[in-house]
Amino acid sequence: MVKLRDLRLKLASPAGEVNILQGIDLTVEAGETVAVVGPSGSGKSTMMMVVAGLERPTGGSVTVAGLDLGTVDEDGLAKFRRRNVGIVFQSFHLIPTMTALENVAVPLELARQAGARAAAAEMLERVGLSHRLTHYPGQLSGGEQQRVALARAFVARPRLLLADEPTGNLDHATGQAVIDLLFSLHGESAATLLLITHDPMLAARCARTVRLADGRIAAAAEAVP
Amino acid sequence: MIRLALRLAFRDLRGALNGLGWVVACLALGVAAIAAAGSLDAGLRRTLAEDGRSLLGGDMVFRLAQRPASTAETAFLREFGTLSEATEMRAMARRPDAGTQTLVEIKAVDGRYPLYGQLRLDPAVELGRGVACDPNLLDRLGVAVGEPIVIGAATFTVRAVITGEPDRIASPVTFGPRLLMDGAGLAATGLVQEGSMIRHLLMLRLAAGVSADEVRTAAGERFPSAGWQIQDSRQAAPGLVRFLDNMALFLTLVGLTALLVGGIGVATGARAFLDSRRATVAILKCLGASQRLIVAALGLEVAALSGLGIVLGLAAGAALPALLVALAGDSLPIAARLGLFWRPLVLAALFGGLTGLAFTAWPLGRAGRVPAAALLRDIVAADRRRPSLAAISVSAAAVTGLAALAVVSAADRPLAAWFVAGTAVCLGLFALAGVALARLARRAAGRALALPLRLAASSLSRPGAATQGVVLSLGLGLTVLAAVGLVEANLADEIDRRLPAEAPSFFFIDIQDDQVAAFDAAVAAAGGSAVKRAPMVRGRVTAIDGQAVERRDIAPGARWAVQGDRGLSVAARPPDDAKVVAGGWWPPDYAGPPLVSLDAGIARGFGLGVGQSITVNVLGREVTAKIANLREIDWSSLAMNFTFILSPDALAGAPRSWIATVHAPPGGEAAVERAVTRRLPSVSAIRVKEALVQARHLVEGVATAMKAAAAVTLAAGALVLAGAIAAGQRRRVHEAVLLKVLGAARRDLVRAVGLEYALLGGATGLLAALLGSAAAWALLTFVLKADWRFLPGPLAATVAAGLSAVAVTGVVGTWRALRTSVADHLRHD
Repeated sequence: MVKLRDLRLKLASPAGEVNILQGIDLTVEAGETVAVVGPSGSGKSTMMMVVAGLERPTGGSVTVAGLDLGTVDEDGLAKFRRRNVGIVFQSFHLIPTMTALENVAVPLELARQAGARAAAAEMLERVGLSHRLTHYPGQLSGGEQQRVALARAFVARPRLLLADEPTGNLDHATGQAVIDLLFSLHGESAATLLLITHDPMLAARCARTVRLADGRIAAAAEAVP
Repeated sequence: MIRLALRLAFRDLRGALNGLGWVVACLALGVAAIAAAGSLDAGLRRTLAEDGRSLLGGDMVFRLAQRPASTAETAFLREFGTLSEATEMRAMARRPDAGTQTLVEIKAVDGRYPLYGQLRLDPAVELGRGVACDPNLLDRLGVAVGEPIVIGAATFTVRAVITGEPDRIASPVTFGPRLLMDGAGLAATGLVQEGSMIRHLLMLRLAAGVSADEVRTAAGERFPSAGWQIQDSRQAAPGLVRFLDNMALFLTLVGLTALLVGGIGVATGARAFLDSRRATVAILKCLGASQRLIVAALGLEVAALSGLGIVLGLAAGAALPALLVALAGDSLPIAARLGLFWRPLVLAALFGGLTGLAFTAWPLGRAGRVPAAALLRDIVAADRRRPSLAAISVSAAAVTGLAALAVVSAADRPLAAWFVAGTAVCLGLFALAGVALARLARRAAGRALALPLRLAASSLSRPGAATQGVVLSLGLGLTVLAAVGLVEANLADEIDRRLPAEAPSFFFIDIQDDQVAAFDAAVAAAGGSAVKRAPMVRGRVTAIDGQAVERRDIAPGARWAVQGDRGLSVAARPPDDAKVVAGGWWPPDYAGPPLVSLDAGIARGFGLGVGQSITVNVLGREVTAKIANLREIDWSSLAMNFTFILSPDALAGAPRSWIATVHAPPGGEAAVERAVTRRLPSVSAIRVKEALVQARHLVEGVATAMKAAAAVTLAAGALVLAGAIAAGQRRRVHEAVLLKVLGAARRDLVRAVGLEYALLGGATGLLAALLGSAAAWALLTFVLKADWRFLPGPLAATVAAGLSAVAVTGVVGTWRALRTSVADHLRHD
């Protein structure tokens, strides 16, 4: 599903060039759940951006769902994301001017799917927010916002789900509920899951853990079932 | 895609409009200014077009100087319709007790007057043998309706005051109030004498099926040398048309400047809005939206709000003339017939649309390029992404369109082109000044300076500071204001400076040949001095170098000399102060064919030189004179001067009168006037000082209106500043709180903000003063053909007034940031 070969990324900063990714090789099979761990600044989020086609690497290759992302243009990448990728962020990143329902409907609307609102409403019901359809993100609690974000990520039935510390901004109990929901939704969808986390307990729920340090893979381990 | 873009745009517009409110306000202000100027102009022109006949006094008017129409001429004109005859002249009106007197502009009419429109008198009575006058005549003489006044040898009862004279614009009152009487009354005054300055008007209402052109041709064939000036209702008021052209051009250009200044605000507002949507753009990209879709959605939002601004501006602009007329309609030359005029509104909308496009395409083009990865990085990091090529091209095309529209839609295209070029230069210079200021501030911010100064410097130079935009917009607004202020000050100054000792106290007109000795004696007895006299005959230029004036291409500045009759003088020797610049004066005993000495400026305007000829019609006789020399005349000296001076015998036999200038001793004006007019009741006195005061009032009135209009550009600048302050408010509050936490007193912060605006305003004001002076110089020298003097006082006053307005905006806008409670802010942030 995801194939990274000698992936490199340099970014220009006022202080000079920074090597963020320094040759990552990683293969993730379809349906697999992989936790990516590592200290802050190790390149986890950047790697995820590259996999989502949101950032172009400066070296190496990225193949996702059989598509070499280096061969398509900006709009091609947008189309690729629409069809294949769902993303959950640490800070939710809902669109503040749209209601919960509209936020969830956007991916379907972008994919020109009919019945987007109905599907979105169904998905929100699935995450337990059927009473919050017309609320704006500002009117929702953190946990509710992240549930909306989960609904949005899953609504278009992506083949690859990327989650970047989805519980990082939530208290423990709320975080636990969100994670349960995430894995439950994932269980129904058979999507590939790439989960970035600091939480060893959470990482343990994935089939495999990849550790990043200084832009390189430091270690990979199969979880003990 | 458009439907989806519309849906996204609609949803997004429900959110906070950060900055788009300023887009609306800035566009509305500029569009309103242009629309209002255009609508008022259109209303006045509609009056001109629809009321042309009543403004002129008839379908056609034939004007004769000094001689009444012959029986053959009136009979001829009666063949074409209804004829009304009127006579105009100046005379002195006095109280029967001979206490006070004043110059009046008499108009003697017959029973058919007015042929069109309505003469309004208060009370509405038949005049009979009585007279009606402007209300201010009653004030000047201290008489009331129903009381007698004396004119020449006759006494009249004032029966009513004039509240509406339909054709006043065609024969305006210049030196005194209007006095209306009938022909028999005028005859009874005994003022109508050979050589007096009298105009006879033959006003014609054409019978059905007769065209003005037909009559004009027939009159030309039948009476080729009648010497009458023929006007028809299509050109009822050529002076007014010229005035309207200039007014419309000035107001449109001011409006356009306001729009341009507002354009900076549009750009800042759009940028603030788009910056606030960076996260949304990035999220949409994560969800798979294409750049085109995102730009389309954002573009629709900006377009919708720009459209709203334009519509609001159009509504305000269409309504504003009614307000203006209600407030200051009296000072307009004619009543404006207001209404909705689509042409000025379409034009204003086009200007607004192009401005919106020019100033939003750039930030829009940049917004689409926000990377999705921005979600993970510091969003505020200096983002110097270039907009897409398409956005740059759209921006450039809109700017070009704006310039082209400004030039094409103007009555005076070369002037409009100069304006566009001048504005471009100003914009460029202010942009450079903005960059330089930011650079200097950056350098200063790094130095070990006092804290307030360092804070001010860093505020001016931090990434994303609005320094350049504010300098640009305020600078442009201030430049316009400074230029207008300087032009006004120069014109007023010129009038003031002209009043010195050498200006005469009086012009006396209509002194007959046999009254000259008595006149001189009366003046001398009353203490008058420096008497200068010249004979004068009224005549009209009919041909220039053998070519009829109607067919001659005459420069705009010289056209007045062929419109209506002019005073012609004869002289054996050059006047004392004559400055002959070409050719030579004729010998004192010259008795050959007619020669003429011509004003050099008029000669240039006519395209004439020494040796060529002009033809004047004097009382039906055509006199062609060869140009012997050209004189450079300083009209502003107010000394007696004639455009045309002919050789002594050229006008022999024509009835003439004398015109004289007299200096009165200080405080002795009234005595001199009384001495002359009591002894010679037919002689009229024009007080130079009064005429000048009137001229100054006129200049001041026009200047006040111009300044008020120009203030719109500064208002736009203040709007931009307010927008910039609003955009930076969050940052400023945050910074103020942090500094307070670190121990800064409010006094330090106030000082820092004060310094920041002082630096910003000082630099902008200085450059604006410089550019405004240059613009005023160019306007005075090339457009108004007036003298230019650098007047630091008025310039400083104008710029200071403008800057104070800005300072108030700045302090009020920033006050909130300074008084924020630290604890409150930290709790909520």
